[in-house]
Amino acid sequence: MLQKDSKTGAIRPEMFQPLRRDSGQGEKFQRERLTAWQDIRMRLYSNKLAMTGFWIMVVVLLFAVIAPLIYPHDHFTNDLTKTNMPPSADHWFGTDDLGRDMFERTWKGAQISLFVGFAAALIDLIIGIIYGGIMGYYGGKVDEAMNRFAEILYAIPNLLVVILLLVVMEPSLTTIIVAMSITGWINMAWIVRGQIMQLKNQEYALASKALGAGAMRIIFRHLIPNAMGPILVTMTLTVPGAIFTEAFLSFLGLGVQSPVASWGTMINDGVKSMTIYPWRLFFPAFFLSLTMFAFNVFGDGMRDAFDPKLKK
Amino acid sequence: MIRYILKKFGFMLVSLFCLVTATFVLMNAVPGSPLQSEKATSETIQKNLEAYYGLDKPLIVQYGIYLKNLVQGDLGISMKKKFQAVDKIISDSFSYSLKLGLVSVVTSVVAGCVLGIIAAMYHRKFLDNLAMIIAVIGLSIPSLVLAPLLQYVFAVKIKAFEVAGLNGPMDYVLPTIALSATSIAFIARLIRSTMIEVLNADFIKTAKAKGLAGHLIVWRHALRNSMLPVVTFLGFLMANVITGSVVIEKIFAIPGLGKFFVQSVSDRDYPLIMGITIFYAAILMVSRLLADIAYVLVDPRIRMSGGKGAK
Repeated sequence: MLQKDSKTGAIRPEMFQPLRRDSGQGEKFQRERLTAWQDIRMRLYSNKLAMTGFWIMVVVLLFAVIAPLIYPHDHFTNDLTKTNMPPSADHWFGTDDLGRDMFERTWKGAQISLFVGFAAALIDLIIGIIYGGIMGYYGGKVDEAMNRFAEILYAIPNLLVVILLLVVMEPSLTTIIVAMSITGWINMAWIVRGQIMQLKNQEYALASKALGAGAMRIIFRHLIPNAMGPILVTMTLTVPGAIFTEAFLSFLGLGVQSPVASWGTMINDGVKSMTIYPWRLFFPAFFLSLTMFAFNVFGDGMRDAFDPKLKK
Repeated sequence: MIRYILKKFGFMLVSLFCLVTATFVLMNAVPGSPLQSEKATSETIQKNLEAYYGLDKPLIVQYGIYLKNLVQGDLGISMKKKFQAVDKIISDSFSYSLKLGLVSVVTSVVAGCVLGIIAAMYHRKFLDNLAMIIAVIGLSIPSLVLAPLLQYVFAVKIKAFEVAGLNGPMDYVLPTIALSATSIAFIARLIRSTMIEVLNADFIKTAKAKGLAGHLIVWRHALRNSMLPVVTFLGFLMANVITGSVVIEKIFAIPGLGKFFVQSVSDRDYPLIMGITIFYAAILMVSRLLADIAYVLVDPRIRMSGGKGAK
């Protein structure tokens, strides 16, 4: 509407028109209405780094599932005529000291890492929600007692517990996950507790209570769904930690055992021969870091999307 | 204040006691005896060996003896290392770990602060984004990837540093970087977010209004107030350093405690495993306690009775 005079560039009074006042105008929504979740999704989608992380996660997941199915070599067959081969058309990532195909082993390792990551996050979630939910909802003496127990457990260094258990128990995937969950759930429980404490006195929870709903129904039907944001964020950020712990344990020889491929064991093997066969170290190390990077940036992005106050 | 510290200290002792007990139970639940070997030994020798290690007594008595010795700082005798005392092994090797650990803690705090301050001062500008991308990469590259990578590039290819060992000051460079990367990233993110908040506070505006130079505002006013979360992080920093040192000492062949820990685990040398576990746990718990106390001292605002204030 406001166009400068094409010749002189001057602004003249007749360019301006009075805008008629409309009493209904002020009440109109100028912007499209969005639910809270749409708003969160929009913020997440517009975060490029987080979306990069998301797509890396998807690609790694797809490769982990599909690559072992269609790739011609398997991860455990030794071929002593073809040991320590550099990457080639036949063996895309080369072979290791027993002639096993590194491409296949890398993606088998991805399967294990992702499985451990998701399983640990899921177990933490289940125990954390139940324990934290009860702690937060009942408060008082119950909260005090349960919190003391959690604090005592929390003070024991996580990794030492895991190592002790693995020394005693048969090293296997299940053992690793169980051992990590012994102290892993506490963080989640505290997050849930804080959320529930905030929410339990809100009107909808009180209304549900007044209508006669039991504690469990209020916690799981009304409070937990409203605390989903921080819970999801904590879950996402648990995954890279669990992936690291598995790799760390396997690296020390406490995790999954040969011939099963894990990024940790592959890195351990790779370190020994890195001066001569660097690709044996490169591929597992690269994909371990890439996966952790993807989960970290996606988790950060989720946190910013759920709570834009945090992003400054 | 005293009550708060005593309470924390009490809980620490309970946790430590739980760990000691759990360790003892677990180590005794393992099938087989560490004294078994492929070579056949006569029954008398076996008996004598068991008597030497006190394994012929009932479990509960063994537990009592273990606790009593523990209080006196005696952690027993290694079963694989030619009858060396566990506390001797720990005190010999810990000096390496301690030196490396301290260098790493200082590096983490200094580098983390610098990175975080730069990010906060150039908030939403190029340097901020760069610093935060470096931080997230630092968080994502685990020590067991970073250590061999540094070793390969700087020691094997460029030959700027020794590949392994910890003899001269230059030998600290690579292990320290590998050990500190995660903590640097963590501290940088912490400092950045609190500093951005602090820089928007009224007292900073006052300082600006009266004409104080930018770097003085950051150093005199903002940094001191942004250090609080870092104090709470110190406990976790210690945990990070200890976990990391296990990997780093293995890769750089440093004869520290972490290396012995890995070795004891693969040797199934139970007294050594128990000893080092308890030693690590004690260090971690004490450093968390100190962090808690420091937090209360630095920040008078937090409630001391709450107990969970310094999480």
